[in-house]
Amino acid sequence: MGIEETTFHRRGAGASAYVAPALTLLATAIVWELAARYFQIPGWLLPTPSAIGEAMVDWRVELLRHTLVTLYETLMGFGLALAFGVPLAALVTYSPLLQKTIYPLLLALQSVPKVAVAPLLALWIGFGVLPKIVVVFLVCFFPIIVATAAGLSAVPATVMELIRSLSASQYQIFTKIRFPTALPHIFVGSKIAITFAVIGAVIGEFVGSESGLGYVILTSSSQLRTPLAFAALVILTLMSILLYYAVELAEGLCLPWVEKS
Amino acid sequence: MGTIVANIQISGLYKTYQTRTGHTVALQQVDLAIRQNEFVTLVGPSGCGKSTLLKIIDLLIPPSRGTVLFDGRPLAGPSRDVGIVFQEPVLLPWRGILDNVMLPAEILGLDLAQARRRAMDLLSLVGLAGFEQRYPKELSGGMQQRAAICRSLVHDPSILLMDEPFAALDAMTREELGFELLKIWDVYKKTVVFVTHQISEAILLADRVVAMSPRPGRIEKVIEVSLPRPRRLDMQFSPEFKRYSDEIRTLIRP
Repeated sequence: MGIEETTFHRRGAGASAYVAPALTLLATAIVWELAARYFQIPGWLLPTPSAIGEAMVDWRVELLRHTLVTLYETLMGFGLALAFGVPLAALVTYSPLLQKTIYPLLLALQSVPKVAVAPLLALWIGFGVLPKIVVVFLVCFFPIIVATAAGLSAVPATVMELIRSLSASQYQIFTKIRFPTALPHIFVGSKIAITFAVIGAVIGEFVGSESGLGYVILTSSSQLRTPLAFAALVILTLMSILLYYAVELAEGLCLPWVEKS
Repeated sequence: MGTIVANIQISGLYKTYQTRTGHTVALQQVDLAIRQNEFVTLVGPSGCGKSTLLKIIDLLIPPSRGTVLFDGRPLAGPSRDVGIVFQEPVLLPWRGILDNVMLPAEILGLDLAQARRRAMDLLSLVGLAGFEQRYPKELSGGMQQRAAICRSLVHDPSILLMDEPFAALDAMTREELGFELLKIWDVYKKTVVFVTHQISEAILLADRVVAMSPRPGRIEKVIEVSLPRPRRLDMQFSPEFKRYSDEIRTLIRP
């Protein structure tokens, strides 16, 4: 009896994957720096990378404080969207009636531009972190609940047949079959949601705030402290990228059986 | 030979489906008695109702008319005393092989330590020792189907229903698994009902072959296979085998 095995390759994150983008970034920065100096572009219009770096160092204490605020708003809103979205998706899967009532509401909610909702939230709740958390929540909720519901119903008919032949209870079907089937989908929804989450926090801060990186961008650009505004922007971008990779990392840990192409 | 009450007694079974244009008779007047620890194959072309019959036996589909009795008693729903193997292995991708095999024991609430030992023994028997912690996708189709067979036996059912379990595999693996199945059947003593569309497979494995034809799905004849056990691959070339084969081929013609 021969033992045939399919070889199982794991994709390695080699250092070579980072070299090309890093070099491109460095090249862009150098060109930018030289062009700005050569054409004598005013610093308040388009700051040079060196000016941005200087602003980051000079203002590092404040920038750290504001970064933490925005990060907190983002993570809270995202966490709440998961905490409410996943159970609600489970309920919707089991109740067609609930599904018919909730989905149109969700769609309406998703269709309302959050930029328009943010000022109203500031009016009702104030200028603290809460209205920002609500905006982040609204932005993350839809992708998470839709992806989770899709995942929970994505159980193949053959698996359902197997499980019925064992007369499994609804609880067993949910915990042993539906939820594990849905996990990859939940991560897809989370990855989409997290990319919007930071944007949601910044929108909330633009509308009315005393802290956060969005607040920094707004105030420093109105004071023509453009290097600082750019510094905040760079940090926001990095935050968004790192959060996405954090979700991907969690995905890799939670879904060891999924092959990444 | 044979018990007083047949292990599985099928009487007057009908299955009809309503379609837009009227109704289709998937099964018509099926009467069949299957003895304890017998190996019965259902063979026929597509549309003869063999898979439908298999599913009705375990009440995965309800019959339109007629009864199925297990040791004289009817079923209220799918039975714990039945193991099923489908054409696709249907292993859960997020569980390792051992955990997959243990699934019925978990769901039925059996003693897990005992089930684990049984699962390990079964995997050993089919040559999958050492693969317990691997994920299904790391295994070939043949290996996955072996694991699926182990899963169908972990809760020690007395009846094994198999719905074209080797159809998705290549010819060599089919033969191999067929003999492995006979080995398991010999060690563990089960009543086996095995559906196939391959005549040679049906004859080689069975004590009796139930030849079915379609439109409407019905049993043409039940043929007793008197080839000696243990069966060997070269029995396929004996004149006796050819006689069975020719007879079945004419019977099942649509």
